[in-house]
Amino acid sequence: MAVKYIYPDYEVARNYDRCIVCRVCERQCANAAHEYVPNMDKMVSDDDKCVNCHRCVSLCPTRALKITESGHAFKENKNWSARQIKEVYKQAESGGVLLSSMGNPDDYPVYFDKILINASQVTNPSIDPLREPMETRVFLGSKPQEIKRSADGGIVCDAPVHLDLRMPVMFSAMSYGSISYNAHESIARAAEALGICYNTGEGGLHEDFYKYGGNTIVQVASGRFGVHKGYLDAAAAIEIKMGQGAKPGIGGHLPGTKTVGDISRTRMIPEGSDAISPAPHHDIYSIEDLRQLVYSLKEATAYTKPVIVKIAAVHNVAAIASGIARSGADIISIDGFRGGTGAAPTRIRDNVGIPVELALASVDKRLRDEGIRDNVSVLAAGSIRNSADVVKAIALGADAVYIGTAVLLALGCHLCRTCNVGKCNWGIATQAPELVRRLNPNSGYKRLVNLMTAWRHEIEEMMGGMGINSIESLRGNRLMLRGVGMNEKELEILGIKHAGE
Amino acid sequence: MKRVYVNEQWCLGCHLCEYYCAFAGTNERDMARALKGITINPNIRIEEYGNVSFAVSCRHCTQPLCVKGCITGALTQGDGVITVDKDKCISCYTCVLSCPFGAIAPSPDGAVSKCEMCVKSLEGVPQCVEGCPNSAIVYEER
Ligand code: SF4
Ligand code: SF4
Ligand code: SF4
Ligand code: SF4
Repeated sequence: MAVKYIYPDYEVARNYDRCIVCRVCERQCANAAHEYVPNMDKMVSDDDKCVNCHRCVSLCPTRALKITESGHAFKENKNWSARQIKEVYKQAESGGVLLSSMGNPDDYPVYFDKILINASQVTNPSIDPLREPMETRVFLGSKPQEIKRSADGGIVCDAPVHLDLRMPVMFSAMSYGSISYNAHESIARAAEALGICYNTGEGGLHEDFYKYGGNTIVQVASGRFGVHKGYLDAAAAIEIKMGQGAKPGIGGHLPGTKTVGDISRTRMIPEGSDAISPAPHHDIYSIEDLRQLVYSLKEATAYTKPVIVKIAAVHNVAAIASGIARSGADIISIDGFRGGTGAAPTRIRDNVGIPVELALASVDKRLRDEGIRDNVSVLAAGSIRNSADVVKAIALGADAVYIGTAVLLALGCHLCRTCNVGKCNWGIATQAPELVRRLNPNSGYKRLVNLMTAWRHEIEEMMGGMGINSIESLRGNRLMLRGVGMNEKELEILGIKHAGE
Repeated sequence: MKRVYVNEQWCLGCHLCEYYCAFAGTNERDMARALKGITINPNIRIEEYGNVSFAVSCRHCTQPLCVKGCITGALTQGDGVITVDKDKCISCYTCVLSCPFGAIAPSPDGAVSKCEMCVKSLEGVPQCVEGCPNSAIVYEER
């Protein structure tokens, strides 16, 4: 193009005093941003190609590289920001829908950051988790409504089927296809080592991973990719995906170029065909229809596995959840608008859906008001970033949370947000064998285990501080939360008091 | 005895091991200062063909042909590590010809150069392994 409307956002800054021309950066950048120039005996880079993934920066042995913001300024104003201007240029050039990866980046309130956690002083003493037992184990599924006794007075243990997690965090749905084999293996192995679950997403389950079935939640989504009896039987739980926080109301699309080899076999679709998940399930138009699918899946697996229904957090989420709680589902998963994704239309990602904090609080309240909270467990997802977010989500009423972006970060992702291109320099969102190889699952799974171990310690610390020794006593315990900088309505929906009250 | 083993399925062909090896040989503290402007002569080399690559360095054989062939006793085996005494090496290169792995090479100073498992370096543990980003080479007991 003769006229270049958009200047690169980032620049590759190389300190030539430190560069030893080892060419590692050149070999490692799948975007070919670095090049060795023999007649100058020098490395040069092309900023236009750089996506700011930090692969070269992380591997340069002499710390000769960094990526800086180019600082190029449009003549912006509060209304026409650089981003708005650039998006118009892009669409004027391409004529297409804008696509983005990862979650909503816009300046909407992050309620987790406006909520503070309590700690005990004097009266209700805090607990030292290093000296006293702390229970972080949770059971997900519907709860028994009453205690039943047998003729001889013993307790009858006929608890409904449930998931048993050693800590209230699970790895959220990321399909084999959207992420690599090695990423999938790292996640599955970490879930097993941690005694928690991970979710297959809608890409089916690769035959090599059936051995992690006890820690696997298999997804049944609108495209029904990779769903068969063996797949359902292999899992610890089954999730019906109705919606996704990053792109509520629309389906998914794995381009045919990625549907190759094992991926096409696992998804049970021909090689090279686009894997298009429709926006709705074509057999679900009501709660009654949903109930049929829930029971079809239960019937198919002889009522041995809990069924999760995942929905995006949207405006009427509480009413929808109330319907789901009556559909026979055991668990409801609510996915907030900041949730990540491999690719979503930018306008949808940035403008559709609501924050998970508000959705979670109103769902929990609605289910309690209607006396059906014990029918289901509630999962919160959509940008749970750290252990404090976990504690706050649980105190707002969640039984457990799903994390996705944090999982990818632990595996090396640098949020360069070009997953849709398929050239992930960290071997995560790619199927190119030479890139997939960059993620050694032996190291990847250990990093995930480390992350979760650290979070568990922090959760125990925070619980101990509140004088709580079991995660069950934290659930829905909104008295442990206070808000700062929120209006009356926000506090009312979250069901918490303002700090100082 | 711990040795450097190769897991070629994880090798990225990034050649970092070669640079960490060359750096280890300098006993400098800063790689940029140590290697700036020089052509490195590492004791570990990456072999590549298409999409496959792997590192080759001295196997520290239990029955080392290089030691057997060395006519001056410059190469010796001790504690499982084969080292070279550069003062004794007369550059006959018998060892270079006899090593089945091609793991010994002449160096610019005339004497041969080979992997000594970093026993003489500042860190004392194989720096190629420390510098490999993907555990494609490991230092372990097998
Ligand atoms: S990786 Fe670093 S030292 Fe090596 S060529 Fe690139 S900038 Fe230079
Ligand atoms: S795209 Fe990544 S690897 Fe390539 S130059 Fe930019 S930061 Fe470095
Ligand atoms: S540093 Fe590791 S991955 Fe890179 S070339 Fe050497 S052995 Fe292969
Ligand atoms: S162990 Fe030390 S000397 Fe041997 S190849 Fe590795 S870095 Fe070089």
